[in-house]
Amino acid sequence: MRRIGQVRWELAIVVWAVALGMFFPILWMLLCSFKTEIAAVATPPALFFHPTLENYHAVLERADYLAFARNSVLVSLGSTLLALALAIPAAYSMAFFPTRRTRDILLWMLSTRMLPAVGVLVPIYLLWRDLGLLDTVFGLILIDSISVLPIVVWMLFSFFREVPAVILEASRMDGATQIEELVHVLLPLCTPGIAATALLSIILCWNEAFWSLNLTTVKAATLTTFTASFSSPEGLFWAKLSAASTLSIAPILIFGWMSQRQMVRGLSFGAVK
Amino acid sequence: MSRIWKAIGLLAGVVLLAWILYHPGRRPELTVATVNNADMILMQQLSSEFEKQSGVKLNWVVLGENILRQRLTIDISTGSNTFDVITIGSYEAPLWGERGWLVPLDDLGADYGYDDIFDVVRQGLSYRGRMYAAPFYGESAFTYYRKDLFRKAGLEMPVQPSYEQIRQFAQKLHDPEHNVYGICLRGEPGWGQNIAYISTLVHAFGGRWMDSDLKPQLNSRAWAEAVGFYVDLLSKYGPPGAITDGYNENRALFANGNCAMWVDATSAAGYLLDPSQSRVATTTDFAKAPIANVSNGPGWVWSWGLAIPASSKRADIAKQFIKWATSRQYIATVGERFGWLRIPPGSRKSTYEIPAYLQAAPFAPLVREAILSADYTKGSRSLVPFVEVQYVGIPEFQAIGAEVGQEISAALAGRATVQQALALSQAEAERSLKGRSVQ
Repeated sequence: MRRIGQVRWELAIVVWAVALGMFFPILWMLLCSFKTEIAAVATPPALFFHPTLENYHAVLERADYLAFARNSVLVSLGSTLLALALAIPAAYSMAFFPTRRTRDILLWMLSTRMLPAVGVLVPIYLLWRDLGLLDTVFGLILIDSISVLPIVVWMLFSFFREVPAVILEASRMDGATQIEELVHVLLPLCTPGIAATALLSIILCWNEAFWSLNLTTVKAATLTTFTASFSSPEGLFWAKLSAASTLSIAPILIFGWMSQRQMVRGLSFGAVK
Repeated sequence: MSRIWKAIGLLAGVVLLAWILYHPGRRPELTVATVNNADMILMQQLSSEFEKQSGVKLNWVVLGENILRQRLTIDISTGSNTFDVITIGSYEAPLWGERGWLVPLDDLGADYGYDDIFDVVRQGLSYRGRMYAAPFYGESAFTYYRKDLFRKAGLEMPVQPSYEQIRQFAQKLHDPEHNVYGICLRGEPGWGQNIAYISTLVHAFGGRWMDSDLKPQLNSRAWAEAVGFYVDLLSKYGPPGAITDGYNENRALFANGNCAMWVDATSAAGYLLDPSQSRVATTTDFAKAPIANVSNGPGWVWSWGLAIPASSKRADIAKQFIKWATSRQYIATVGERFGWLRIPPGSRKSTYEIPAYLQAAPFAPLVREAILSADYTKGSRSLVPFVEVQYVGIPEFQAIGAEVGQEISAALAGRATVQQALALSQAEAERSLKGRSVQ
């Protein structure tokens, strides 16, 4: 008994150390955002300092934070909804009516994630320009949903596969059409899984920087663009950049914290339980 | 209870929707892309005055230099009508002007004072005599040093030191135990980072990037001497981890009192003399950029300018804005409102005749002299048919500079010898310029 207690105690220390290690950059960013620019780059770094709100003041004065935040909210929700709308039928078909090529298609979808985005930047840019989608929220929703689609399909596919096919068969016996079977049986059964997928997708779209930096300017720019605008080749900017980053991650951090239970449940227990 | 929650949820939803759908009324708009440098941020702050005068609404896109450059290059080369005013440097202005991507800025009016712009700065932003970007501020390079440390060690900095003297001073002042390093120089790889400095060093040693037929000269003796000197100096008397220090890091190190000397862009001077941002505001002094075998100045001149993409549909309003932001009046407004150390320097001759500025900025005459001494066609000893200063004005230079910057950084880190680094650099430059000739 004592041995188990001891192991648990040691394990707790390891877990705490790892968690602190992972959290440290965020903590450091938070601390830096309350320092003056000089204090933020001082060597050796100062742990104790007079906190100041001047960076937040400067950041909020220079840029319209709410406009960027609004776009981030719109883009991450919109992309997630669009990705789910496309991925649910796809995953349903692949999970319950697999063909010889299903596995290959899934792997091919995943392989598109390995393509560096910059490789298709110019073609996408030209397409978006000609379609009038540059600097539009819809244009960004479109590209973000395409980029999260493989992950969303994969996650839904693995959740759907855990649903015993007999349940669906039973509903079919009762006369349900395919749409009804999907909407009234499968989706309610997989709510935790779909919720976890949606949450992950929202977080990924919120953090997406490459496309929002390259395809937006003013009207559709998101918080990642807002953050990037505070890095500088000249002069001290760490404290202001930290303040901008803190403001950018705050909504998603709070959102993640509030939904962590759903997320952990969805990710660890499978779809049906 | 649950009804209350539902009501709160509904209300929150309605508020969110209203916030998402809310769009304020529209006026004529101008989209301005700029870098996040202190001078540009001041311009953004002051721009509400222009908005009031003209009734135009300005939309600002502020980005770091590298992201901005990538963004603008894609945008302008695809002719997308995204920006109305862009911030570019003297590297891009002539190259983009040559391709017809920019609107010429020769017609800003007689009251604009074209003659007041430094010739060398104007030339840098022009192609075949037509100006494609209006200078916002300009810079050259000189030597920053700590007069208190020099006095304590009984040393005296000459008006124009030689690199041999710099080496001796660095050796004597190097005191890593007290976090003071003999010399700080750019080590971070990049054509706008270590390469900018190294180009001027090579010029000082009598070398150049390429001959008049665009044949790379990186395997010449001057390059070996210059890069050998740089690696030796910086690894012996520089701060630890110098390969990650670019302009910004060195500026912070110097401001923090960690460098005895620093050779870099003149634009840091105002900042280093500002006690609210620098610990060495009263102990910093300036000398000309060092010389070695050749004595025609550092050959460093850079300016940030404002330009209009040819695809902009509001070029007329954009011109008004550029005229406002690069005028004498603008410089005076910044000086009066924010202090003379914060004006955008190095663009106009008249700036260096403002008594209040000369009083606040004791380094100003030295900056003027350094800018005037730069010659675009004479980076080093020999005349070249293209621009060669701290960069070379050909489109391939970005790629060549990036590659050579990496090789030299490897030599500085001790992963390669100087000979190896330069041999690889020469091969890379030859590959990039194969089949290329001067037009």
